[in-house]
Amino acid sequence: MTTPATRTLVIEREMPHPPEKIWRALTEGALIKEWLLENDFEPRVGHKFRFRANPVKNWNGVIECEVLIVEPHKKLSYSWGSLGTGSTVVWTLVATNGGTLLRMEQSGFESDQGANYKGANYGWQKFIGNIERVVARLQ
Amino acid sequence: MQTAPDALFRSLADPTRRALFERLSRDGEQTVRMLTDNSGVSQPAVSKHLGVLKHAGLVRSRHKGRETHYSAQPRALSPLVDWMSYYSRFWHDRFDRLEDLLKRMEP
Repeated sequence: MTTPATRTLVIEREMPHPPEKIWRALTEGALIKEWLLENDFEPRVGHKFRFRANPVKNWNGVIECEVLIVEPHKKLSYSWGSLGTGSTVVWTLVATNGGTLLRMEQSGFESDQGANYKGANYGWQKFIGNIERVVARLQ
Repeated sequence: MQTAPDALFRSLADPTRRALFERLSRDGEQTVRMLTDNSGVSQPAVSKHLGVLKHAGLVRSRHKGRETHYSAQPRALSPLVDWMSYYSRFWHDRFDRLEDLLKRMEP
């Protein structure tokens, strides 16, 4: 058993580069491919795209996404669906004295299997909370 | 029991099944009849949901007399927990690669 499940994964790192430069790396397809994954991303709200990872056992490597928020040099968000689960990735860029504080937040565990589950988001979130307690008891 | 994360996520995507699993985790072993009472769901429906949970390795059944008793197998949740640790490793690695790229990019 590894660490307990949490609802949100947050990774923050200060980088000695201006927000404008980091924004390019987050939003230009050719640059995204360099550090993240092969993609057909476009910085346009509503644009549906795919990230493609190397297929592995039980997973074809496809991540289905849709652009949700585009606030140039400040905030970028897309949905992230794979393996029957959906989550949301939000990038936030804050200018600092030395460069940029870059924050990545991936949250949610909801199912992406159809609209009938969308209304059950609350239940799903609650379940994840309950799982944390179940897992805590196992350790 | 090792289960593909896909089957696990699908089995837990249904709120009725989550409720059944939570109840078994909380209250211990139960019969189908006990699980049906006050659930607002018919006994055949409860049996069907339990079948899906069993397939995903989340519950275990044993026969005692004329009734089947079900119990939760919370260890089957480990792929769900691994999902978070997988993404944690994934993003830390990608942040490293992003920093490398930024160094190579023109200002």
